[in-house]
Amino acid sequence: MNYKTKEKIYEKILLTSAFVSVITIILIGGFVFKEGAPLIAKVGLVKFLFGTQWFPTSGEYGIFPMILGTFAVTLVALAMGVPLGVSTAIFLAEFAPPKVTRVVRPAVELLAGIPSVVYGLFGMVIVNDIIMYVERTYLAGILKPEYQRGYSILSASIILAIMILPTVINISEDAIRSVPNEYKEASLALGATEWQTIYKVLLPAASSGIVAAVVLGMGRAIGETMAVIMVAGNTVAVPDSIFAPVRTLTGNIAIEMGYASGDHVRALFATGIVLFVIIMVLNSVATFIAKKGVSRS
Amino acid sequence: MMTLKRFKIVVILVAALVVTVAVVGCSGSKSEDKAATDGTENAGQTGGQIKGTVKVAGSSSVQPLAEELAEAFMEKNQDVTVSVQGGGSSAGIESANKGTAQIGTSSRELKPEEKGYGLKETVIAKDGIAVIVNSGNKVTALTKEQIKKIFAGEVKDWSEVGDLKGPITVVVREEGSGTRDAFQEIVLSKEVKFISNAVVQNSTGAIKTAVTKDINAIGFISSGSVDSAVKALSVDGVLPSEATVLNGSYKISRPFLFLTKSEPDAAAKAFIDYVLSEEGQKIVSEKFVKVK
Repeated sequence: MNYKTKEKIYEKILLTSAFVSVITIILIGGFVFKEGAPLIAKVGLVKFLFGTQWFPTSGEYGIFPMILGTFAVTLVALAMGVPLGVSTAIFLAEFAPPKVTRVVRPAVELLAGIPSVVYGLFGMVIVNDIIMYVERTYLAGILKPEYQRGYSILSASIILAIMILPTVINISEDAIRSVPNEYKEASLALGATEWQTIYKVLLPAASSGIVAAVVLGMGRAIGETMAVIMVAGNTVAVPDSIFAPVRTLTGNIAIEMGYASGDHVRALFATGIVLFVIIMVLNSVATFIAKKGVSRS
Repeated sequence: MMTLKRFKIVVILVAALVVTVAVVGCSGSKSEDKAATDGTENAGQTGGQIKGTVKVAGSSSVQPLAEELAEAFMEKNQDVTVSVQGGGSSAGIESANKGTAQIGTSSRELKPEEKGYGLKETVIAKDGIAVIVNSGNKVTALTKEQIKKIFAGEVKDWSEVGDLKGPITVVVREEGSGTRDAFQEIVLSKEVKFISNAVVQNSTGAIKTAVTKDINAIGFISSGSVDSAVKALSVDGVLPSEATVLNGSYKISRPFLFLTKSEPDAAAKAFIDYVLSEEGQKIVSEKFVKVK
């Protein structure tokens, strides 16, 4: 066999490997749609998406509270996790002395290695207890009684914020480090302070990378299931406070799959379709933003 | 980050996905129905022509237990095939009466007009559900009516039913859970829904943990799973235990019934005997209260 044919064979093998993931996503997507679509057709898309009553064993399939729940938990988690993560990244990239880095970086990596059920357990036993204490001691007069149970958007978001930290920190740090040194030097030479340089030069130049970090963190937050089930309360009700218990879309599938049968299973697959579409839309938006960021810089 | 070319590829992939979905989706519903019917036929399977087939139909609560028993029974009696189907207690009683199944199953007592069919009732198991509260809760007893009001959301504060003050945290199982169905059927009745802002947990352990952590919590679990971490309430004056569930004095319990026309055939009789045997009752006692 001459080296050219060999080369070709290797190339084809690699191509096949690359397509495994493509085929997988098409298979999974196709399967989820196939199982769930008949139910959406039966219930009606609008009623399914915007219905607020979820009693699958008596034929009521409204997932609106869970869509809201997913977004609420994710957004609050990002609001807490992104500033913290990006600050850590700036510190690691610009200020941290090697001694500190040697402590911080392994800690961040360890954070990524903790199984989500352990986060959930921590949240259930510690975070929920603290929040319940705060709710019942300081906010008892303000909050509705059913919002004083610890299970809440807030506790789920706190756990998720910690869980997305490694993603946000690592990718943001890379982005900040990859900004050409000349930018920084030029800014400092013009008399800008270190903070001004970071704020006005480094961060804008690294913005597309930071957006990517946020998006990947968001993906993790939306997809996280186990930890959220354990702390969020899983109540199917439209949340109107950060202290409200919620159920997320992923949580809905995981909680009810065990004993579901018939249309109930199809309704859970239909929940999966909605999740699939949300993630596809978010990814496209993220790609679009990231592309814009690149073309500007 | 992403070049235009890569973006194009993503678009193509999404398009491919949509097309697959459209194609698969159209053919999907038909094959789905076929699979469903196949499933029920399959339970009957082959081999039935040798000695006999026992068709068991009825309560979906009894179904999982009956399936487990049938499996164990068929392992010992290879010549007999036991097929188990759902459909509901009423359907089970009807099918026993009409003879479409040798054994009808029910997870409730027969109504007077159903008693009139003259079916033979065999209690194969009892299912009891304990109502549990935090061990720090001073309440020790509630009536079935109070429990109904709490889980339906009519009673929202412990002060309405006892000494403790504080909003009640209702903890329930997820939709589809057998314990939830049974609780719904026995305590709430079909028309009444659980309070919508109840905390939902999807296992007995998680319910117990939720109740252990919150002094204001109330939940329900199978009576066999109660331990010292939580406090089971007495209902209408009776504490849940094997004895009180068995003799029916504990109100949140229900019988699992096998119903047969006066004289079942040999295969059906063999199956019922097996269910009531020591071995069969051992399977029963894994999740329910045994009757022998």
